[in-house]
Amino acid sequence: MRQALGVVRRNEWVNGRYKHLTVYAPGLAQVSQAGQFFHLLCGADVTSVLLRRPMSIYQMDPGRDELHFLYHVKGEGTRLLAEKQVGHTLDLVGPLGHGFTLAAPWRHVLVVARGVGMATLAPLIASARQRDVAVDVILSARTAADVLGEREFQAIGARVFTVTDATGSSQPEAVRMRVETLLGQGHTDAVYTCGSARLTRMLGEVANRWGLPGQVALEEHMACGIGMCQGCTRVFRREGSAVHLRVCREGPVFPLAEVMDA
Amino acid sequence: MTSADLSVQIGQLSLRNPVMPASGTFSEDLAEFIPLNELGALVTKSITLDVREGNPGPRLAETAAGLLNAIGIPSKGVAQFIAETLPFYRNFTAPLVPSISGDTAAEFARLAVLLSSEPVVRGLEVNISCPNLEDDGKSFAMDPVQTYRVLRQVRQATRLPVWAKLSPNVQSIAEVALAAQEAGADAVVVANTLLGMAIDVETRRPKLGNVTGGLSGPAVKPIILRMVHQVAKVVRIPVIGVGGIRSAEDVLEYLMAGATAVQVGTYNFVHPQGMVEVIAGLQKYLQRHGYASVRELIGSVIT
Repeated sequence: MRQALGVVRRNEWVNGRYKHLTVYAPGLAQVSQAGQFFHLLCGADVTSVLLRRPMSIYQMDPGRDELHFLYHVKGEGTRLLAEKQVGHTLDLVGPLGHGFTLAAPWRHVLVVARGVGMATLAPLIASARQRDVAVDVILSARTAADVLGEREFQAIGARVFTVTDATGSSQPEAVRMRVETLLGQGHTDAVYTCGSARLTRMLGEVANRWGLPGQVALEEHMACGIGMCQGCTRVFRREGSAVHLRVCREGPVFPLAEVMDA
Repeated sequence: MTSADLSVQIGQLSLRNPVMPASGTFSEDLAEFIPLNELGALVTKSITLDVREGNPGPRLAETAAGLLNAIGIPSKGVAQFIAETLPFYRNFTAPLVPSISGDTAAEFARLAVLLSSEPVVRGLEVNISCPNLEDDGKSFAMDPVQTYRVLRQVRQATRLPVWAKLSPNVQSIAEVALAAQEAGADAVVVANTLLGMAIDVETRRPKLGNVTGGLSGPAVKPIILRMVHQVAKVVRIPVIGVGGIRSAEDVLEYLMAGATAVQVGTYNFVHPQGMVEVIAGLQKYLQRHGYASVRELIGSVIT
């Protein structure tokens, strides 16, 4: 982990709400893992945005020395990030935190992504497919137009199901039925999720009942991102007791079974 | 050009330069970014006698040029701190100054006794000013009498250098500083965070789980700089300035206002290598202006 200056290669809208940022940052893609994040300095205006913003890795491209981020332009920080032009520098700290684990014997995994949570799960899906692990993906979004990654994941051989608020198919109970059906086919070795507290709770319950390992990438407001400030601490169940852990340092990926307050 | 002398003296303690982290904004984790021995001292997050979980979230809220926090001193307890954390610091020569926090003067004294028998501990910062513990932001450092009482007991419990971390949430910080000096403190740290609040207008709820919190960052610098100036005029002991530092120029302002050393806080969160850059900037300034020692600048503001 280190502090580095990257150069923006692309920063383009993918729909009305999300932008795809490509950063040339030699040496960083090689040491990054799916589920880890970078802490980005969005701009120099400390009046509106003093702190960095944690951003999970959407794609690593070691061949091109590129890191990719997919972000929802929502608050002041991401608005400043959205203004970055090709050729601008971007100050990044990372890679930070612990990423996903994909155990060698696992041959089939299920991924449940809500909204921009798919960006965090995308490199996991890519690396699973590279290892010829079968991947079922449930993509949840507000509307069909907001669904991201469907074709991208299909192109690498994942089986993709989309659910939306517009059709009511994204309700946790409806997603639960879909998950149960997929697990009922008997191949799934592990489940992963990111992007929704309700889906995290649901998937945690289902994984527990099926006796499957599960992992979740959590989001939290952070100040330092490297473990010093204790601002992103949440309560987890670990070794039989409730413990405070830092999302930035002990996470952001945690076993689903440890999550208490999703 | 020969290097200027950056070393300063805080009571019996010699620091290689006047820049150190502020309590709560530093941990062992920073060693992955900077050589800790390049810092003037290493000040830890406040440690308490027993285990504390800290406040419920959200613990952070960003404000205009500032950061509100209500972390609430999560602590592993002093026994675990001695067993697990202190060994890490034996690898470093920069003097370690643990910050201690207690609910009573007796607790502070007990912590001082326990830590004094550890050779790696070179001083104690007595945090009598955390605004986030209980009682609507009240702390010992809001009252000169309480400040004297805590510092006196700590003074009697240890021969280590003792620094009193003062609160800016007071009528007269100079009066509290004098009480700390009278009690035998070797330095005063000016100051902890300013009590503040922020509200999410969509939910009408406070942005912090603790409702109120402490404000730090660039927004507070002029206020704390004024306090350093006021305190330095009346005390004989060194003043350590802390509030909103993010450049060598900010450090210079504090030194000129009367601080002998400074602490960098919130800026460590934004730039993990920031303190080392600030020290380099200080050296450059001294050379550019032909100062042989940083000590020439202490209290040098022309008024």
